[in-house]
Amino acid sequence: MAIWLRRSRNLAHYLKAEKGFWKVPNQTRLSPCFFNPEISSSATLTGENCGNPPSFLGNSPTLFGSRRFESIKAGREELDLEDENGGHQNQAMDFPGGRISFTSEMRFVSESPRERIPCYRVLDDNGHPIMHSNFVEVSKEEALKMYTSMVTLETMDTILYEAQRQGRISFYVTSIGEEAINIATAAALTPHDVVLPQYREPGVLLWRGFTLQEFANQCLGNKADYGKGRQMPIHYGSNKHNYFTVSSPIATQIPQAVGAAYSLKMDRKDACVVTYFGDGGTSEGDFHAGLNFAAVMEAPVVFICRNNGWAISTPVSQQFRSDGVVVKGKAYGIRSIRVDGNDALAVYSATRTAREMAITEQKPILIEALTYRVGHHSTSDDSTKYRLVDEIEHWKTARNPIARFRKWVNGTGWWSDEDESELRANVRKQLLQAIQVAEKAEKPPISDLFTDVYESLPSNLCEQEELLRESIKRHPQDYPSDVPT
Amino acid sequence: MLGIVRRRIARGGVNASIVEQSLQKIRNQSLIYASRSYSSASKEMTVRDALNSALDEEMSADPKVFVMGEEVGEYQGAYKITKGLLDKYGPERVVDTPITEAGFAGIGVGAAYHGLRPVVEFMTFNFSMQAIDHIINSAAKSNYMSAGQISVPIVFRGPNGAAAGVGAQHSQCYAAWFGACPGLKVLAPYSSEDARGLLKAAIRDPDPVVFLENELLYGESFPVSAEVLDSSFCLPIGKAKIEREGKDVTITAFSKMVGYALKAAEILAKEGISAEVINLRSIRPLDRSTINASVRKTNRLVTVEEGFPQHGVGAEICASVVEESFEYLDAPVERIAGADVPMPYAANLERMAVPQIEDIVRAAKRACYRSVPLAATA
Repeated sequence: MAIWLRRSRNLAHYLKAEKGFWKVPNQTRLSPCFFNPEISSSATLTGENCGNPPSFLGNSPTLFGSRRFESIKAGREELDLEDENGGHQNQAMDFPGGRISFTSEMRFVSESPRERIPCYRVLDDNGHPIMHSNFVEVSKEEALKMYTSMVTLETMDTILYEAQRQGRISFYVTSIGEEAINIATAAALTPHDVVLPQYREPGVLLWRGFTLQEFANQCLGNKADYGKGRQMPIHYGSNKHNYFTVSSPIATQIPQAVGAAYSLKMDRKDACVVTYFGDGGTSEGDFHAGLNFAAVMEAPVVFICRNNGWAISTPVSQQFRSDGVVVKGKAYGIRSIRVDGNDALAVYSATRTAREMAITEQKPILIEALTYRVGHHSTSDDSTKYRLVDEIEHWKTARNPIARFRKWVNGTGWWSDEDESELRANVRKQLLQAIQVAEKAEKPPISDLFTDVYESLPSNLCEQEELLRESIKRHPQDYPSDVPT
Repeated sequence: MLGIVRRRIARGGVNASIVEQSLQKIRNQSLIYASRSYSSASKEMTVRDALNSALDEEMSADPKVFVMGEEVGEYQGAYKITKGLLDKYGPERVVDTPITEAGFAGIGVGAAYHGLRPVVEFMTFNFSMQAIDHIINSAAKSNYMSAGQISVPIVFRGPNGAAAGVGAQHSQCYAAWFGACPGLKVLAPYSSEDARGLLKAAIRDPDPVVFLENELLYGESFPVSAEVLDSSFCLPIGKAKIEREGKDVTITAFSKMVGYALKAAEILAKEGISAEVINLRSIRPLDRSTINASVRKTNRLVTVEEGFPQHGVGAEICASVVEESFEYLDAPVERIAGADVPMPYAANLERMAVPQIEDIVRAAKRACYRSVPLAATA
């Protein structure tokens, strides 16, 4: 009951000061209710509640306030803030949703701001910390883990992409160019935070301890795959790493993240939910529903948008006409920040802070991380068909997030060139080994075709499995020989 | 059985002592077959109250169960199914949502992923179309795709099928659509006993369940035994109920059509045709064994549903019977379904677009007269 009590205590303190207004009996603990604690004495409620304390502010400990009343006070903020729209503070009117001040000047809010929301960054392009930047410090250990993970992610992507090109796996999606977002956000979270990814965030799983062998197993769909060979490559999922299985339809994870956050909230856990999506995903209806709902339900969820400029071949200029994604947060009543997605320290700081806010204040936070999708959308795409090779090269080299972070860890003396070559050679070797092992491993057994459709195997599937086994016995030449029965 | 006796009494013309005797027999039978028949001291309960009490009891028993949907809280439910729950359990467990089926279905799925047990209400299943991706691609498939790591113990419930004068976008039956999808369980209660038992089973089930109610049935009253009223009462998912035994023709139905089928069976009985009425209760998994056992007994089958005919529930039942009991059929399977048009509004047109009792009677007769008439007149 910590959340509700905190509010009630505020309210109790406040109300004690304003005893004349609400006649509340002297109690140390009020029943849970949902008033905004920032009521000032000049506030009046709309309609029928004017002057009368709502009946649920009574003695009974079991009375529950109605959420609806809170909305009446939502508009309060307008009077306390400087009115930038030319409103007259003394002339205000109550409407459902709150108090609004009038203006006699007809002025449309511009569709595009004079200035775009600035982007938070800590390191400049050469990996030097910018003067007077404020950021959350990282230890040498963390910094090196971040750096080595970024390199590992890049190497894994390169090699598995090649494996697809060689026909060894059917499909692959790289995160080239977005390593800082992947790793730095993961580093800022705890293992208890629940992650609902889109599909370009394997680095989060890597950070949490998913091994190269486990990645390879999923891509090759062998017996050791946690997914039992049911999903396309890169659709990783691991309960023990608190990373929900990747699901292809775009943005469905957004309202689901809010639901999971609601569950965390009800359990009062010291953890939040983090969900990722791209710039394209913000066009889906689920984005709107999820963010809107998260704000209304006060769910402890951090929304991280990887704005990498492209949704397959659709550039952001064709995806939306707003100032990116960060301004959409405000529209839903969600605190937001725009961060340089290729600056690992900035991403780390912003995510760390967002997480604290989400948990202590029990509200959603939106982070827009600006970056660039250096690779193709997937192995089914050739992005040179719709964008300039020069542009891709520029982001691959001059704006490379790994190179930038490397300059910083070099600068601090924590990382040397020898370390670099050793790391890259090691990772490459491990990966090639993992792929070989995964390829040679057995495929999932036939029984895995039928299990997990439901919690327990229904009779019709039992029958079908028997029929299948019989058929395989009778006509073995019609079935692949490497599927274990 | 008691229900039938009572109806006869209502119509008059039955000797009081015979009634007494029948009641006594039934009482005795009730003691032995308590699970099958209604106890003599039966209460009546509307389907609405049955659903409400089931929700109340399950929420009380398990703090992880919560209800979510449009108007379920303050408004007491668009059809008052969730009446009183907000006052009793508070806004944390009875959540009024913004108007976004995709939103709250997605939130429900996410909450279920993380271990809560949401009961998501759609104002009608017609609106579930706006959320169908979450139901099918997420709820139904997640356990399989994640290889058992993510289970989705969610219930999607709400009125399904035709109501009265609400037009095309408020009248479609989605039993066949959801019934086609592996990973989902699909239930369609008829009586209050069904409503209570199946909703409790659905909430307790670890798999995602689509629970298809019927708006016109909400106000209908059915007798309920003490066993049904007990808070631990539960019906098995995947078992159909033989509402009326017979030997000449099998009539399968679900939801509102069960009532129509029973009335049709009455009419047929007067003409010497003894119809066996099966209340499917469960669309997925479909109780093929009960249906086939019945067809093997009667040799004739009429399937009844309110929904559109193509790819309907009746089509599946027919295929199942042809696959398993072909030699037993003495006549082709008769399929009664709604008209293959979006539901019209005008009352006369609406009446013609939905199966009526006479349609069922005629179909049963066709099934009986198509072969040697001996079976029909016996």
